[in-house]
Amino acid sequence: MSRVAIIDYGSGNLRSAAKAFERCGANVVVTADPGEASAADRIVLPGVGAFADCRDGLAALPGMVEALTRSVIEDGKPFLGICVGMQLMATFGLEHGRTQGLGWIDGEVRAIAPSDTALKVPHMGWNELSFVDSPAFANGHDVLQDLNKSVAPHAYFVHSFHFQPDDGAHLLAKADYGGDIVAIIGRDNLIGTQFHPEKSQAVGLKFIENFLAWRP
Amino acid sequence: MLKARIIPCLDVKNGRVVKGVNFVALRDAGDPVEQARLYDSQGADELCFLDITASHEDRDIIFDVVNRTAEECFMPLTVGGGVRTLDDIRKLLLAGADKVSINTAAVDNPSFVREAANKFGSQCIVVAVDAKNEGPGKWGIYTHGGRKSAGLDAIAWAKQMAAFGAGEILLTSMDRDGTKSGFDIDLTRSISDAITIPVVASGGVGTLDHMVEGVRDGHASAVLAASIFHFGEFSIAETKAYMAAAGVPVRPLVP
Repeated sequence: MSRVAIIDYGSGNLRSAAKAFERCGANVVVTADPGEASAADRIVLPGVGAFADCRDGLAALPGMVEALTRSVIEDGKPFLGICVGMQLMATFGLEHGRTQGLGWIDGEVRAIAPSDTALKVPHMGWNELSFVDSPAFANGHDVLQDLNKSVAPHAYFVHSFHFQPDDGAHLLAKADYGGDIVAIIGRDNLIGTQFHPEKSQAVGLKFIENFLAWRP
Repeated sequence: MLKARIIPCLDVKNGRVVKGVNFVALRDAGDPVEQARLYDSQGADELCFLDITASHEDRDIIFDVVNRTAEECFMPLTVGGGVRTLDDIRKLLLAGADKVSINTAAVDNPSFVREAANKFGSQCIVVAVDAKNEGPGKWGIYTHGGRKSAGLDAIAWAKQMAAFGAGEILLTSMDRDGTKSGFDIDLTRSISDAITIPVVASGGVGTLDHMVEGVRDGHASAVLAASIFHFGEFSIAETKAYMAAAGVPVRPLVP
């Protein structure tokens, strides 16, 4: 059974995330301890709230950023960032001023700007995922398998900012909301979703199941 | 494209659903968790629990209900009723709620909404606005289940709450609530067009046309209903099919 560390840095509804991973068969530890994070096979960084607050929350855990960097970047363990947890992989974010991110995937996190001004911000609710053929995953990404069975896959979003990767090869899926919303990014052993798989019913649970089986 | 959300709302009192007793498929129709599971399996886009427990002592029961629901339902869950302190919000979120709806506490102390949004993020702070018509194009805010006027203009209030960091407005017409005569469309559109955050229309749904009107004419991002679902008049699937046929984009059901 895959041992998954969900990082608790004072942000987000960790219970929902933990329950969804447990439902998919994972052995979950919700932890603020770098040692426990390092001991896991897979790492999930959840996150709701503002980029700068979340970055501060992560930095406030002594040794956590170093432990994550070692596990994810050096040891290559599968990593999933959800919502702001995905955004934190960026070089920097622009919510509440310019804040350095983890710098794991080059890019910036900026406000969504729907072309139709009648569209509400935050972008809240179910939107359709449209997968992008990435040259980096020529045979399709393992975590995105079987998400669109007979109907178009929809996922639950709630956000006002999104990740703009510098390299288009890192964009794996988008959604339409008065222009493109970045929905999934990834490279190598890193994947991130702007939407909440733990709140996206069958599509989200399938995504989590795939992540748990992923051998990047 | 973003889809209009369809949200069943369950009134929960002392841990029991107070309406909707004729779900034949349920072993215990009064158990909110059983109903939540049913709506989850039907493909509801979100679920709302309104805790109408009167006595303070029994209020903690809702945490257990939310907790048990979150164990099994992987869709967004909003919980409202009696939310007065940051600690109430924290406990509901830890139990598994995704959003918390604030009503009277916001009217009593508007800056509570700002504090809550700063602490937990706008995405989980819903302000419930109960409005009554007070003349052409004018609605007032009421608390205590519509019994007490707050002396506030509904449109100005919704704008203020959005400015204070609310992530969504749950708008109920007290004139229409329970009448099955349809949403107050003028009210819904007036508020929705006045603010940039999403509005959930509530109060008055009796037919599926009403659901369509809430989105198409009222410009609501989501439509909430109670009795048409609880008494088995319409399923979520029927509702979605009807709305889609009327041109309202909805999330297709996963077979």
